[in-house]
Amino acid sequence: MALDKNGIAQRIAKEVKDGYYVNLGIGIPTLVANFVRDDIEVEFQSENGILGMGPFPFEGEEDPDLINAGKQTITALPGASFFDSAMSFGMIRGKHVHLTILGAMEVAENGDIANWKIPGKMVKGMGGAMDLVASADNIIVAMMHTNKAGQSKLLKRCTLPLTGVGCVTKIVTNLAVIEVTKDGFKLLERAPGVSVAEIEQATEGKLIVEGDIPEMKL
Amino acid sequence: MIRKTVENVQEALKGVEDGMTFMLGGFGLSGIPENAISELVRLNIKELTCISNNAGVDDFGLGLLLHKKQIKKMVSSYVGENEEFERQMLSEELDVELIPQGTLAARCQAAQQGFPAIFTPAGYGTEVAEGKEIREFDGKMYVLERAFKADFAFVKAWKGDKAGNLIFKGTARNFNPVMCGSAKITVAEVEELVEPGELDPNEIHIPGIFVQRVFEGKNYEKRIEQRTFRQKS
Repeated sequence: MALDKNGIAQRIAKEVKDGYYVNLGIGIPTLVANFVRDDIEVEFQSENGILGMGPFPFEGEEDPDLINAGKQTITALPGASFFDSAMSFGMIRGKHVHLTILGAMEVAENGDIANWKIPGKMVKGMGGAMDLVASADNIIVAMMHTNKAGQSKLLKRCTLPLTGVGCVTKIVTNLAVIEVTKDGFKLLERAPGVSVAEIEQATEGKLIVEGDIPEMKL
Repeated sequence: MIRKTVENVQEALKGVEDGMTFMLGGFGLSGIPENAISELVRLNIKELTCISNNAGVDDFGLGLLLHKKQIKKMVSSYVGENEEFERQMLSEELDVELIPQGTLAARCQAAQQGFPAIFTPAGYGTEVAEGKEIREFDGKMYVLERAFKADFAFVKAWKGDKAGNLIFKGTARNFNPVMCGSAKITVAEVEELVEPGELDPNEIHIPGIFVQRVFEGKNYEKRIEQRTFRQKS
């Protein structure tokens, strides 16, 4: 059965390793924090200026001077730090943040990503997404495999305006875990009960299938 | 000590005029210069260019200036959550330049620190880089981005002293420190203004050299955009 949003987040949480500083985008990526093992040391960065971001506050304890990049009220964990926007993007651009997890509208087989603009629709802006994808070495995209119209979001070439070029390393969707290689999308894992044929059908870009493809373990 | 205090927001904003370019600190509604914005609304100056990460919401923050059609151009990284903004943008009453958030911070900081421009990888290969100089360093491509030029920077700090030294609180820090000293005149409003010597020099985030005018702000609303909670288990 295809994964739901929490399932995608749960699978991505396994990519978060001990000692990682991680930036989580808005949407499914935010859910990843709920599934990270508690026996490893990880710090979450929010690009508006905090490392060591904690969970949402209890009602009555919210602080207008303590929000995340989605403008939601948050808490700071012991060991947290605050900093300005230049330093925040300095730690992103300088590759001190190990892993970036973000959503996308489209990913191309060459690693291009589009996630900020649909021509003809109201454009809200790229926020920090272009900085994140241009700098991080390890970029995981969390998204549904197809859009609401049923069309593949894993394409030969992106059709929407790009956010970054040749940058995505891995994609976790409701159907599959896919590595972006120089030769195309390499299928690593299937969602429980989802066949390779189903994934091939939902993938417009070049899908590389080598040997038996294991089911994801969550 | 060089005294930077002004009596009130009216004195702090002396010299603002139609057509000027302003920097305004804040992320969403957190850490925005509420007093300066209210005074800009009252002065009703027009044709402004505003450099600010966001554009406020319909009835607060920069949304108040948009509502009175005082802004000609916005330079921002993200402008959602604002219907009047959307209407003015789609009807082309408002010119909008969207730039990556890190580039926004870097262009402020470049202005503060005397760099005419910086190279950033952000936006390479996208429409953001169109028409800009591209250069390769060690096999990676970078986009040349110019330092901002602004007439006034309006920032908000938690505590400040009469020498203009500033301390920020939590994530309300955001763009405020990088806008200090990045415009011809930096106006800092603080929640608490203290005598020189009361702030520990070790804990100052922005030295007063970057600030021309400081005053204690009034009636901070500090509105929260997304009030999110966890349940007590």
